[in-house]
Amino acid sequence: MTKQAVPKLKLSPFTRLALLAVAVILACTLFLTWNVKASWAFTLEFRGQKLISMVLVGIFIAIATLLFQTISQNKILTPSIMGFDALYMLIQSVLIVLIGASGYSILNEYTKWAIEITIMTSMMLLLSKFLFRGSAQSIQLLILSGVVLGICLSSINGLVFRMMDPSQSVVAQDAFFASFSSPSIALVQLSYLLLAATFVYLFRYHHQLDVLLLGEQTAHSLGINYARLTQHLLILIAILVGMSTALVGPITFLGLLVVHLAYQLAGSYKHKILLPFAALLGVLVLVLGEFILQHLVSFNTRLSIVIECVGGLVFLALVIKQAKS
Amino acid sequence: MIEFKNVALSYGQKQVLKDINLTLADTGLTSIIGPNGSGKSSCLSLMSRLQKASAGEVLLDNSPIQQIPANQLAKKLSILRQDNHTNARIQVKDLITFGRYPYHQGRPSAEDLKIVEQCIEYVDLQAVQDRFIDQLSGGQRQRVFIAMVLAQDTQTILLDEPLNNLDIKHSVSIMKQLRQACDELNKQVVVVLHDINFAAHYSDTIIALKNGELVANGSPTDIMQDSVLSHIYDMPITVTNIQGKPTCLFYS
Repeated sequence: MTKQAVPKLKLSPFTRLALLAVAVILACTLFLTWNVKASWAFTLEFRGQKLISMVLVGIFIAIATLLFQTISQNKILTPSIMGFDALYMLIQSVLIVLIGASGYSILNEYTKWAIEITIMTSMMLLLSKFLFRGSAQSIQLLILSGVVLGICLSSINGLVFRMMDPSQSVVAQDAFFASFSSPSIALVQLSYLLLAATFVYLFRYHHQLDVLLLGEQTAHSLGINYARLTQHLLILIAILVGMSTALVGPITFLGLLVVHLAYQLAGSYKHKILLPFAALLGVLVLVLGEFILQHLVSFNTRLSIVIECVGGLVFLALVIKQAKS
Repeated sequence: MIEFKNVALSYGQKQVLKDINLTLADTGLTSIIGPNGSGKSSCLSLMSRLQKASAGEVLLDNSPIQQIPANQLAKKLSILRQDNHTNARIQVKDLITFGRYPYHQGRPSAEDLKIVEQCIEYVDLQAVQDRFIDQLSGGQRQRVFIAMVLAQDTQTILLDEPLNNLDIKHSVSIMKQLRQACDELNKQVVVVLHDINFAAHYSDTIIALKNGELVANGSPTDIMQDSVLSHIYDMPITVTNIQGKPTCLFYS
């Protein structure tokens, strides 16, 4: 019998998960304690804040991407294709134009977050209300419309950007790239809430996600309320992406990267394993990446730019691989 | 018991099923035959609620099928469509265990696993039960999905062209197993078939559709008539008795 073992190492999925968790803890410790020059209290607080935002974003983006791929039955999509990033940038541009560069920089975090998350979630709700008819086919329609909408939004954003004065455009440019500097406490608290809610929801429904892998019709036959489940997941994805974008800015390629690593390394198709695995990988990639960038190569660039670049290469590799098979 | 009351189905302008009235008995094997595009698969989709009738009503055990909660329906009725495809790397045994999902909701019990084991034996897949489904041949994969539906253990089993991709040996063995499920376990099995001789040999009832209309409904002997079959398929078909069984010869 040709038992083609995918993993070369014979480790159970739980062992793999545990190993990954250890790696994440090590990376976080390393990040916090490497080469401390200032006082410990200051360093730990400063780096700790940064670490928290990386942990939150790593988890949110990984989970959002995995869920998106499961409901779209497509392994080369990320939620960013729905135009979330474009919408986020447009919101920033419009805000800067409306209240000016200085007004934008002192804008209350709660207000800014509330504006962002409301607009981004309502876009998804509107799209799904008008286009989603509860079948896999209409998911495709939804995604396509998202793509078109995304292009449209980023063109509008380009227009708005050109109308800014130079000082405004500098601020806007800065807002277009994800940055892991210290997020506001308010945002972090809201993120904890979201994290808890996501955890509870996925803990209850992760097995239904496994059934979704068999396709819409089989899921129906096995008693899954496909339309309702997909609708809930779409909303959850919108909130997760919106939240992580509000925290650090657009960084959606990260999801593609870590979810694919998770498919390869987790050794299981079950969401019970895949979800935490991808989430931990998301954290690991961000923390290790930032650590290497800051301390080892003392590169003065943003991690998000490196990740977008690597993520883009992974995406290309995937497309080429799919075309070959 | 499945009942169709004045059921119609249309996609946009195109009417796929027209005013179907039909009652299927609680047990026994029913075959749906008819030319391509006659509405066979749509008929099955309506029975399983994959689609909603444009007009009329489908009843399962006297209650409108649209009103039955999804998880309850999954314990009464299962369906296997033609194109079963998954991107995920799932092992044969795990996939068949999904058939028990309506009962275990993600946590298969020892009892569930025992049933899965029986189903694997039933369709003769012990040798490949630990393989990933993308490593199987088309025929093997088809049997995996049939095993999954059998594991769901519902009173009613709907199969859309289950003999697709199967060689003669496995076609015969699947039909025998379905027959056995009807005779020994009192199941109701509804299959869409293209091979009329298979339908005639194993069914209790044959339903024929043509252009979305019900054109014949009866026992195999009623349907296996030159005139009836020639009318359904718009071509001359001769039925001959071979070893006491009506068999049609359509090769010319």
